[in-house]
Amino acid sequence: MIRVVLPYHLRNLAKVGPEIEVEIAGPATQRAVIDAIEARWPMLRGTIRDYATGRRRPFLRFYACEEDWSNADPDELLPAAVAEGREPYLVIGAIAGG
Amino acid sequence: MSAVRVLVGTKKGAFILSADGKRESWKVEGPHFAGFEMYHLKGSPLMPNRIYASQTSSWFGQLMQRSDDGGKSWEAIGNEFAYDGDPGTHLFYDGTSKPWAFKRVWHVEPSLDDADTAYAGVEDAALFITKDAGRTWQEMAGLRRNTSTDKWQPGAGGMGLHTILIDPTRHERMYIAISAAGVFRTDDGGKTWAVKAKGLKSQYELPDPNFEVGHCVHRIAMHGARPDVLYMQKHWDVLRSDDAGENWHEVSGNLPTDFGFPIDVHAHEPATVYVVPIKSDSEHFPPEGKLRVYRSKVGGDEWEALTKGLPQSDCYVNVLRDAMAVDTLDSCGIYFGTTGGQVYCSPDGGDNWKPIVRDLPGVLSVEVQTLP
Repeated sequence: MIRVVLPYHLRNLAKVGPEIEVEIAGPATQRAVIDAIEARWPMLRGTIRDYATGRRRPFLRFYACEEDWSNADPDELLPAAVAEGREPYLVIGAIAGG
Repeated sequence: MSAVRVLVGTKKGAFILSADGKRESWKVEGPHFAGFEMYHLKGSPLMPNRIYASQTSSWFGQLMQRSDDGGKSWEAIGNEFAYDGDPGTHLFYDGTSKPWAFKRVWHVEPSLDDADTAYAGVEDAALFITKDAGRTWQEMAGLRRNTSTDKWQPGAGGMGLHTILIDPTRHERMYIAISAAGVFRTDDGGKTWAVKAKGLKSQYELPDPNFEVGHCVHRIAMHGARPDVLYMQKHWDVLRSDDAGENWHEVSGNLPTDFGFPIDVHAHEPATVYVVPIKSDSEHFPPEGKLRVYRSKVGGDEWEALTKGLPQSDCYVNVLRDAMAVDTLDSCGIYFGTTGGQVYCSPDGGDNWKPIVRDLPGVLSVEVQTLP
Protein backbone atom coordinates (compact mmCIF):
# COMPACT_ATOMS: atom_id res chain seq x y z
CA MET A 1 0.00 0.00 0.00
CA ILE A 2 1.34 3.40 -1.00
CA ARG A 3 0.15 6.61 0.57
CA VAL A 4 -0.35 9.60 -1.70
CA VAL A 5 -1.06 13.22 -0.87
CA LEU A 6 -2.88 15.09 -3.61
CA PRO A 7 -3.22 18.85 -3.97
CA TYR A 8 -6.39 20.45 -2.62
CA HIS A 9 -8.22 20.79 -5.94
CA LEU A 10 -7.58 17.21 -6.98
CA ARG A 11 -8.85 15.99 -3.64
CA ASN A 12 -12.05 17.89 -4.28
CA LEU A 13 -12.31 16.57 -7.81
CA ALA A 14 -11.87 12.98 -6.65
CA LYS A 15 -13.94 13.58 -3.50
CA VAL A 16 -11.24 12.16 -1.23
CA GLY A 17 -9.56 13.26 1.96
CA PRO A 18 -6.08 14.65 2.53
CA GLU A 19 -4.40 11.31 1.84
CA ILE A 20 -5.27 8.38 -0.40
CA GLU A 21 -3.89 4.87 -0.61
CA VAL A 22 -3.21 2.76 -3.68
CA GLU A 23 -2.07 -0.82 -4.12
CA ILE A 24 0.69 -1.55 -6.60
CA ALA A 25 1.07 -5.11 -7.91
CA GLY A 26 4.56 -4.72 -9.37
CA PRO A 27 7.53 -2.45 -8.65
CA ALA A 28 6.67 0.80 -6.84
CA THR A 29 7.51 3.38 -9.46
CA GLN A 30 6.02 6.82 -10.09
CA ARG A 31 4.39 5.51 -13.25
CA ALA A 32 2.80 2.62 -11.37
CA VAL A 33 1.53 4.91 -8.61
CA ILE A 34 -0.08 7.36 -11.01
CA ASP A 35 -1.49 4.55 -13.14
CA ALA A 36 -3.11 3.18 -9.98
CA ILE A 37 -4.47 6.59 -9.01
CA GLU A 38 -6.00 7.12 -12.45
CA ALA A 39 -7.50 3.64 -12.48
CA ARG A 40 -9.13 4.14 -9.09
CA TRP A 41 -10.17 7.76 -9.69
CA PRO A 42 -10.67 8.15 -13.45
CA MET A 43 -11.74 11.77 -13.10
CA LEU A 44 -8.08 12.53 -12.36
CA ARG A 45 -6.93 11.33 -15.77
CA GLY A 46 -5.24 14.15 -17.61
CA THR A 47 -4.85 16.30 -14.49
CA ILE A 48 -1.49 14.92 -13.31
CA ARG A 49 -0.07 13.74 -16.63
CA ASP A 50 -0.81 15.29 -19.99
CA TYR A 51 -3.07 13.08 -22.11
CA ALA A 52 -1.13 13.63 -25.31
CA THR A 53 2.42 13.23 -24.01
CA GLY A 54 1.92 11.12 -20.90
CA ARG A 55 4.34 13.44 -19.12
CA ARG A 56 3.95 15.24 -15.82
CA ARG A 57 1.99 18.44 -16.21
CA PRO A 58 4.55 21.25 -16.00
CA PHE A 59 2.92 23.02 -13.06
CA LEU A 60 2.89 19.92 -10.85
CA ARG A 61 5.79 18.57 -8.83
CA PHE A 62 6.39 15.12 -7.33
CA TYR A 63 8.15 14.81 -3.98
CA ALA A 64 9.13 11.78 -1.91
CA CYS A 65 11.16 11.53 1.28
CA GLU A 66 12.07 15.22 1.11
CA GLU A 67 13.48 14.89 -2.39
CA ASP A 68 12.22 16.26 -5.68
CA TRP A 69 11.27 13.39 -7.98
CA SER A 70 9.62 15.60 -10.60
CA ASN A 71 12.21 14.98 -13.27
CA ALA A 72 13.21 11.48 -12.29
CA ASP A 73 12.66 8.56 -14.65
CA PRO A 74 9.01 7.55 -14.09
CA ASP A 75 10.10 3.91 -14.03
CA GLU A 76 12.73 4.41 -11.30
CA LEU A 77 11.92 2.64 -8.05
CA LEU A 78 10.58 4.97 -5.37
CA PRO A 79 12.30 4.98 -1.94
CA ALA A 80 11.53 1.97 0.23
CA ALA A 81 9.85 4.19 2.80
CA VAL A 82 7.28 5.21 0.17
CA ALA A 83 6.91 1.72 -1.24
CA GLU A 84 6.28 0.36 2.27
CA GLY A 85 3.81 3.09 3.19
CA ARG A 86 5.93 4.71 5.88
CA GLU A 87 6.23 7.98 3.95
CA PRO A 88 3.72 9.50 1.53
CA TYR A 89 4.30 10.29 -2.13
CA LEU A 90 3.43 13.95 -2.65
CA VAL A 91 1.80 15.52 -5.72
CA ILE A 92 2.21 19.27 -5.30
CA GLY A 93 1.05 22.30 -7.27
CA ALA A 94 4.09 24.32 -8.35
CA ILE A 95 4.53 27.72 -6.74
CA ALA A 96 4.11 29.29 -10.16
CA GLY A 97 0.70 27.72 -10.75
CA GLY A 98 -2.77 28.89 -9.86
CA MET B 1 -43.62 33.74 -14.35
CA SER B 2 -40.54 33.53 -16.53
CA ALA B 3 -37.10 33.65 -15.01
CA VAL B 4 -33.53 34.05 -16.11
CA ARG B 5 -30.39 32.20 -15.11
CA VAL B 6 -27.09 33.86 -15.94
CA LEU B 7 -24.08 31.56 -16.17
CA VAL B 8 -20.90 33.45 -15.44
CA GLY B 9 -17.43 32.03 -16.00
CA THR B 10 -14.61 33.88 -14.23
CA LYS B 11 -10.90 33.55 -13.73
CA LYS B 12 -11.46 31.94 -10.33
CA GLY B 13 -14.73 30.05 -10.52
CA ALA B 14 -18.26 30.00 -11.90
CA PHE B 15 -21.26 31.89 -10.62
CA ILE B 16 -24.95 31.45 -11.29
CA LEU B 17 -27.11 34.57 -11.06
CA SER B 18 -30.88 34.07 -10.96
CA ALA B 19 -33.86 36.39 -11.08
CA ASP B 20 -37.49 36.40 -12.03
CA GLY B 21 -38.66 38.07 -15.19
CA LYS B 22 -38.45 41.54 -13.69
CA ARG B 23 -34.69 41.13 -13.34
CA GLU B 24 -34.54 43.43 -10.36
CA SER B 25 -33.69 41.15 -7.46
CA TRP B 26 -30.89 38.66 -7.97
CA LYS B 27 -29.71 35.53 -6.22
CA VAL B 28 -25.97 34.92 -6.55
CA GLU B 29 -24.64 31.36 -6.19
CA GLY B 30 -20.97 30.44 -6.29
CA PRO B 31 -18.17 30.19 -6.68
CA HIS B 32 -18.53 26.78 -8.25
CA PHE B 33 -15.12 25.21 -8.97
CA ALA B 34 -13.44 27.91 -6.91
CA GLY B 35 -9.89 28.57 -7.98
CA PHE B 36 -10.33 27.39 -11.57
CA GLU B 37 -10.61 29.41 -14.74
CA MET B 38 -14.12 28.79 -15.99
CA TYR B 39 -13.84 29.65 -19.64
CA HIS B 40 -17.45 28.99 -20.56
CA LEU B 41 -20.71 27.51 -19.32
CA LYS B 42 -23.75 26.94 -21.49
CA GLY B 43 -27.07 25.18 -21.06
CA SER B 44 -28.79 22.90 -23.52
CA PRO B 45 -31.73 24.56 -25.29
CA LEU B 46 -33.47 21.18 -25.23
CA MET B 47 -32.83 20.38 -21.56
CA PRO B 48 -32.16 23.71 -19.83
CA ASN B 49 -31.06 22.14 -16.57
CA ARG B 50 -28.24 20.42 -18.44
CA ILE B 51 -25.26 22.74 -18.36
CA TYR B 52 -21.83 22.03 -19.82
CA ALA B 53 -18.84 23.83 -18.32
CA SER B 54 -15.20 24.20 -19.29
CA GLN B 55 -12.90 24.23 -16.26
CA THR B 56 -9.21 24.90 -16.76
CA SER B 57 -6.11 25.47 -14.69
CA SER B 58 -2.42 25.88 -15.30
CA TRP B 59 -1.82 23.20 -12.67
CA PHE B 60 -4.29 20.55 -13.77
CA GLY B 61 -5.08 21.28 -17.40
CA GLN B 62 -8.53 20.87 -18.85
CA LEU B 63 -11.50 19.50 -16.97
CA MET B 64 -15.09 19.35 -18.14
CA GLN B 65 -18.17 19.39 -15.97
CA ARG B 66 -21.84 18.74 -16.56
CA SER B 67 -24.84 19.54 -14.42
CA ASP B 68 -28.25 18.01 -15.03
CA ASP B 69 -30.02 20.01 -12.33
CA GLY B 70 -29.39 23.58 -13.32
CA GLY B 71 -26.06 23.90 -11.58
CA LYS B 72 -26.95 22.53 -8.15
CA SER B 73 -24.66 19.53 -8.60
CA TRP B 74 -21.94 18.71 -11.10
CA GLU B 75 -20.28 15.65 -12.54
CA ALA B 76 -16.78 15.56 -14.00
CA ILE B 77 -17.08 14.31 -17.57
CA GLY B 78 -14.59 13.39 -20.27
CA ASN B 79 -11.62 15.71 -20.58
CA GLU B 80 -9.56 14.03 -23.28
CA PHE B 81 -9.37 16.09 -26.48
CA ALA B 82 -7.14 14.14 -28.85
CA TYR B 83 -6.60 15.52 -32.32
CA ASP B 84 -7.50 13.18 -35.15
CA GLY B 85 -4.09 12.15 -36.46
CA ASP B 86 -1.04 14.36 -36.61
CA PRO B 87 -2.37 17.93 -36.60
CA GLY B 88 0.84 19.34 -38.08
CA THR B 89 2.01 22.87 -37.48
CA HIS B 90 0.62 26.40 -37.39
CA LEU B 91 2.20 29.80 -37.63
CA PHE B 92 3.53 31.08 -34.32
CA TYR B 93 3.85 34.65 -32.99
CA ASP B 94 7.43 34.91 -34.21
CA GLY B 95 6.71 33.72 -37.73
CA THR B 96 8.02 30.19 -37.19
CA SER B 97 5.97 27.02 -37.38
CA LYS B 98 4.88 25.35 -34.18
CA PRO B 99 3.28 21.94 -33.62
CA TRP B 100 -0.38 21.90 -32.69
CA ALA B 101 -0.97 21.16 -28.99
CA PHE B 102 -4.22 21.02 -27.05
CA LYS B 103 -4.43 23.62 -24.28
CA ARG B 104 -8.03 24.28 -23.24
CA VAL B 105 -11.68 24.46 -24.21
CA TRP B 106 -12.80 28.01 -24.94
CA HIS B 107 -16.44 27.49 -25.81
CA VAL B 108 -19.11 24.79 -25.52
CA GLU B 109 -22.14 24.90 -27.79
CA PRO B 110 -24.91 22.42 -26.99
CA SER B 111 -26.72 20.95 -29.99
CA LEU B 112 -30.12 22.16 -31.10
CA ASP B 113 -31.16 18.57 -31.87
CA ASP B 114 -29.97 16.34 -29.06
CA ALA B 115 -29.19 17.17 -25.43
CA ASP B 116 -26.43 14.54 -25.37
CA THR B 117 -24.63 16.27 -28.23
CA ALA B 118 -22.47 19.34 -27.83
CA TYR B 119 -19.60 21.00 -29.65
CA ALA B 120 -16.41 22.29 -28.09
CA GLY B 121 -14.12 24.90 -29.56
CA VAL B 122 -10.58 24.44 -28.31
CA GLU B 123 -7.09 25.92 -28.30
CA ASP B 124 -5.01 25.07 -30.35
CA ALA B 125 -7.89 25.63 -32.67
CA ALA B 126 -10.09 22.67 -33.48
CA LEU B 127 -13.71 21.64 -33.16
CA PHE B 128 -14.76 18.65 -31.10
CA ILE B 129 -18.11 16.93 -30.63
CA THR B 130 -19.59 14.73 -27.94
CA LYS B 131 -22.60 12.55 -28.61
CA ASP B 132 -22.71 10.97 -25.17
CA ALA B 133 -23.29 13.98 -22.94
CA GLY B 134 -19.60 14.69 -22.56
CA ARG B 135 -18.28 11.25 -21.70
CA THR B 136 -16.10 11.27 -24.82
CA TRP B 137 -15.08 13.91 -27.35
CA GLN B 138 -14.05 13.42 -30.97
CA GLU B 139 -12.45 15.95 -33.24
CA MET B 140 -14.42 17.10 -36.28
CA ALA B 141 -11.24 17.05 -38.27
CA GLY B 142 -12.74 18.26 -41.53
CA LEU B 143 -12.24 21.80 -40.31
CA ARG B 144 -8.47 21.42 -40.18
CA ARG B 145 -8.21 19.17 -43.22
CA ASN B 146 -10.26 21.37 -45.56
CA THR B 147 -8.40 24.57 -44.81
CA SER B 148 -4.86 25.90 -44.94
CA THR B 149 -4.03 25.60 -41.26
CA ASP B 150 -0.33 26.37 -41.67
CA LYS B 151 -1.33 30.06 -41.85
CA TRP B 152 -3.43 30.02 -38.69
CA GLN B 153 -1.73 31.83 -35.84
CA PRO B 154 -2.47 32.69 -32.21
CA GLY B 155 -3.99 35.97 -31.14
CA ALA B 156 -2.83 37.42 -27.83
CA GLY B 157 -5.08 35.04 -25.93
CA GLY B 158 -3.94 31.97 -27.84
CA MET B 159 -5.13 30.22 -30.97
CA GLY B 160 -8.65 29.49 -29.84
CA LEU B 161 -11.80 28.41 -31.62
CA HIS B 162 -14.14 30.67 -29.69
CA THR B 163 -17.39 30.99 -31.62
CA ILE B 164 -19.77 28.27 -32.73
CA LEU B 165 -23.06 29.31 -34.36
CA ILE B 166 -25.67 26.84 -35.54
CA ASP B 167 -28.21 28.02 -38.11
CA PRO B 168 -31.53 27.37 -36.31
CA THR B 169 -33.35 26.91 -39.61
CA ARG B 170 -30.82 24.52 -41.11
CA HIS B 171 -28.84 22.72 -38.44
CA GLU B 172 -26.27 21.23 -40.80
CA ARG B 173 -25.06 24.77 -41.47
CA MET B 174 -22.67 26.00 -38.80
CA TYR B 175 -20.17 28.79 -38.47
CA ILE B 176 -17.05 28.83 -36.35
CA ALA B 177 -14.54 31.59 -35.74
CA ILE B 178 -10.89 31.38 -34.72
CA SER B 179 -8.36 33.93 -33.52
CA ALA B 180 -6.44 34.32 -35.68
CA ALA B 181 -7.63 32.36 -38.68
CA GLY B 182 -11.06 33.69 -39.60
CA VAL B 183 -14.62 32.50 -40.12
CA PHE B 184 -15.45 29.10 -41.54
CA ARG B 185 -18.79 27.62 -42.61
CA THR B 186 -20.00 24.08 -43.04
CA ASP B 187 -23.19 23.15 -44.88
CA ASP B 188 -22.98 19.44 -44.21
CA GLY B 189 -22.91 19.20 -40.45
CA GLY B 190 -19.18 19.61 -40.11
CA LYS B 191 -17.79 17.20 -42.67
CA THR B 192 -16.43 19.95 -44.92
CA TRP B 193 -15.69 23.59 -44.25
CA ALA B 194 -14.87 26.67 -46.29
CA VAL B 195 -13.29 29.91 -45.17
CA LYS B 196 -15.57 32.94 -45.50
CA ALA B 197 -13.28 35.96 -45.62
CA LYS B 198 -14.29 38.02 -48.66
CA GLY B 199 -14.38 41.62 -47.57
CA LEU B 200 -12.25 41.25 -44.45
CA LYS B 201 -9.25 43.58 -44.36
CA SER B 202 -6.54 43.43 -41.70
CA GLN B 203 -3.99 46.00 -42.77
CA TYR B 204 -2.30 46.21 -39.37
CA GLU B 205 -2.05 42.48 -38.81
CA LEU B 206 -1.37 40.71 -42.09
CA PRO B 207 1.25 41.29 -44.80
CA ASP B 208 -1.55 41.32 -47.37
CA PRO B 209 -4.65 42.83 -45.72
CA ASN B 210 -6.90 40.80 -48.02
CA PHE B 211 -5.43 37.41 -47.16
CA GLU B 212 -8.05 34.70 -47.05
CA VAL B 213 -6.71 33.21 -43.81
CA GLY B 214 -5.25 34.81 -40.71
CA HIS B 215 -7.85 37.42 -39.76
CA CYS B 216 -8.33 37.86 -36.03
CA VAL B 217 -12.09 37.48 -35.84
CA HIS B 218 -13.12 38.21 -32.27
CA ARG B 219 -16.77 37.20 -32.43
CA ILE B 220 -19.65 36.63 -34.80
CA ALA B 221 -23.37 36.71 -34.04
CA MET B 222 -26.64 36.01 -35.80
CA HIS B 223 -30.37 36.29 -35.20
CA GLY B 224 -32.35 33.12 -35.73
CA ALA B 225 -35.03 34.88 -37.79
CA ARG B 226 -32.45 36.04 -40.33
CA PRO B 227 -29.72 33.43 -40.15
CA ASP B 228 -28.01 34.57 -43.34
CA VAL B 229 -27.25 37.93 -41.74
CA LEU B 230 -24.08 37.72 -39.67
CA TYR B 231 -22.40 40.37 -37.56
CA MET B 232 -18.72 40.37 -36.76
CA GLN B 233 -16.47 42.14 -34.31
CA LYS B 234 -13.00 41.74 -35.76
CA HIS B 235 -9.72 42.76 -34.12
CA TRP B 236 -10.38 46.08 -35.80
CA ASP B 237 -13.66 46.68 -37.68
CA VAL B 238 -17.28 45.76 -37.12
CA LEU B 239 -18.71 44.02 -40.17
CA ARG B 240 -21.91 42.50 -41.51
CA SER B 241 -22.61 39.81 -44.06
CA ASP B 242 -26.03 39.59 -45.68
CA ASP B 243 -25.33 36.35 -47.52
CA ALA B 244 -24.22 33.78 -44.96
CA GLY B 245 -20.64 34.95 -44.87
CA GLU B 246 -19.99 35.02 -48.62
CA ASN B 247 -19.30 38.76 -48.52
CA TRP B 248 -18.53 41.04 -45.61
CA HIS B 249 -18.73 44.81 -45.47
CA GLU B 250 -17.74 47.18 -42.75
CA VAL B 251 -20.49 48.75 -40.60
CA SER B 252 -18.31 50.48 -38.00
CA GLY B 253 -19.89 53.82 -38.96
CA ASN B 254 -19.77 56.36 -36.14
CA LEU B 255 -18.34 54.08 -33.42
CA PRO B 256 -15.66 55.86 -31.36
CA THR B 257 -13.34 52.94 -32.10
CA ASP B 258 -14.04 49.77 -34.01
CA PHE B 259 -11.79 47.59 -31.86
CA GLY B 260 -13.61 45.33 -29.40
CA PHE B 261 -14.45 41.79 -28.50
CA PRO B 262 -18.15 40.88 -28.08
CA ILE B 263 -21.04 41.46 -30.46
CA ASP B 264 -24.61 40.32 -29.99
CA VAL B 265 -28.08 40.72 -31.44
CA HIS B 266 -31.37 41.69 -29.77
CA ALA B 267 -33.61 38.66 -29.23
CA HIS B 268 -36.60 40.12 -31.09
CA GLU B 269 -35.11 42.72 -33.43
CA PRO B 270 -32.77 41.07 -35.95
CA ALA B 271 -31.25 44.39 -37.02
CA THR B 272 -30.49 45.61 -33.49
CA VAL B 273 -26.86 44.92 -32.65
CA TYR B 274 -24.68 45.61 -29.61
CA VAL B 275 -20.92 46.11 -29.29
CA VAL B 276 -18.61 47.44 -26.60
CA PRO B 277 -15.89 49.57 -28.22
CA ILE B 278 -12.44 49.21 -26.70
CA LYS B 279 -9.78 51.80 -27.32
CA SER B 280 -7.19 49.73 -29.17
CA ASP B 281 -5.33 46.47 -29.52
CA SER B 282 -2.96 47.45 -26.72
CA GLU B 283 -5.24 49.63 -24.59
CA HIS B 284 -7.91 47.13 -23.70
CA PHE B 285 -10.27 49.53 -21.96
CA PRO B 286 -13.11 51.82 -23.00
CA PRO B 287 -12.22 55.12 -24.68
CA GLU B 288 -12.06 58.06 -22.24
CA GLY B 289 -12.63 55.73 -19.29
CA LYS B 290 -16.36 55.64 -20.12
CA LEU B 291 -18.00 52.22 -20.28
CA ARG B 292 -20.42 52.48 -23.18
CA VAL B 293 -22.38 49.83 -24.98
CA TYR B 294 -23.18 50.90 -28.53
CA ARG B 295 -26.42 49.88 -30.18
CA SER B 296 -27.39 50.03 -33.80
CA LYS B 297 -31.03 49.47 -34.68
CA VAL B 298 -30.31 49.28 -38.41
CA GLY B 299 -27.72 46.55 -38.62
CA GLY B 300 -24.71 48.76 -38.07
CA ASP B 301 -23.20 51.98 -39.45
CA GLU B 302 -25.43 54.16 -37.25
CA TRP B 303 -24.65 53.63 -33.58
CA GLU B 304 -25.89 55.19 -30.35
CA ALA B 305 -24.07 55.14 -27.02
CA LEU B 306 -25.90 53.46 -24.15
CA THR B 307 -24.60 54.84 -20.88
CA LYS B 308 -27.39 55.06 -18.32
CA GLY B 309 -26.25 53.16 -15.25
CA LEU B 310 -22.76 52.42 -16.60
CA PRO B 311 -19.65 54.12 -15.17
CA GLN B 312 -18.80 57.23 -17.18
CA SER B 313 -15.48 58.08 -15.62
CA ASP B 314 -12.31 56.27 -14.60
CA CYS B 315 -13.43 52.92 -15.97
CA TYR B 316 -10.64 50.81 -17.43
CA VAL B 317 -12.08 47.32 -17.68
CA ASN B 318 -12.40 45.14 -20.74
CA VAL B 319 -15.31 43.01 -21.95
CA LEU B 320 -14.17 39.71 -23.41
CA ARG B 321 -15.60 38.06 -26.51
CA ASP B 322 -17.78 35.48 -24.78
CA ALA B 323 -18.94 37.83 -22.03
CA MET B 324 -22.11 39.26 -23.60
CA ALA B 325 -25.49 37.59 -23.95
CA VAL B 326 -29.18 38.34 -24.37
CA ASP B 327 -32.29 36.79 -22.87
CA THR B 328 -35.52 36.17 -24.78
CA LEU B 329 -38.03 37.80 -22.46
CA ASP B 330 -40.53 40.19 -24.09
CA SER B 331 -38.42 43.12 -22.99
CA CYS B 332 -35.09 41.75 -24.15
CA GLY B 333 -32.39 41.72 -21.47
CA ILE B 334 -28.78 42.44 -22.40
CA TYR B 335 -25.96 41.21 -20.16
CA PHE B 336 -22.21 41.60 -20.11
CA GLY B 337 -19.37 40.93 -17.72
CA THR B 338 -16.10 42.79 -17.32
CA THR B 339 -12.54 41.93 -16.50
CA GLY B 340 -13.11 43.97 -13.34
CA GLY B 341 -15.68 41.48 -12.10
CA GLN B 342 -18.89 43.38 -12.76
CA VAL B 343 -21.86 41.77 -14.47
CA TYR B 344 -24.32 44.31 -15.83
CA CYS B 345 -27.91 43.75 -16.91
CA SER B 346 -30.18 45.94 -18.95
CA PRO B 347 -33.74 44.60 -18.79
CA ASP B 348 -34.92 46.99 -21.50
CA GLY B 349 -32.73 46.36 -24.49
CA GLY B 350 -29.86 48.55 -23.37
CA ASP B 351 -31.61 51.75 -22.29
CA ASN B 352 -30.91 51.30 -18.57
CA TRP B 353 -28.18 49.28 -16.88
CA LYS B 354 -27.54 48.02 -13.37
CA PRO B 355 -24.79 45.83 -12.00
CA ILE B 356 -26.01 42.45 -10.81
CA VAL B 357 -22.69 41.94 -9.04
CA ARG B 358 -19.68 44.24 -8.82
CA ASP B 359 -16.79 42.28 -7.36
CA LEU B 360 -16.42 38.89 -8.95
CA PRO B 361 -13.09 37.70 -10.31
CA GLY B 362 -12.46 38.84 -13.89
CA VAL B 363 -15.33 37.67 -16.07
CA LEU B 364 -14.47 35.36 -18.96
CA SER B 365 -17.94 34.44 -20.19
CA VAL B 366 -21.62 35.23 -19.73
CA GLU B 367 -24.53 33.15 -20.98
CA VAL B 368 -28.22 33.60 -20.21
CA GLN B 369 -30.96 31.05 -20.02
CA THR B 370 -34.57 32.20 -20.22
CA LEU B 371 -36.62 29.77 -18.17
CA PRO B 372 -40.38 29.22 -18.10
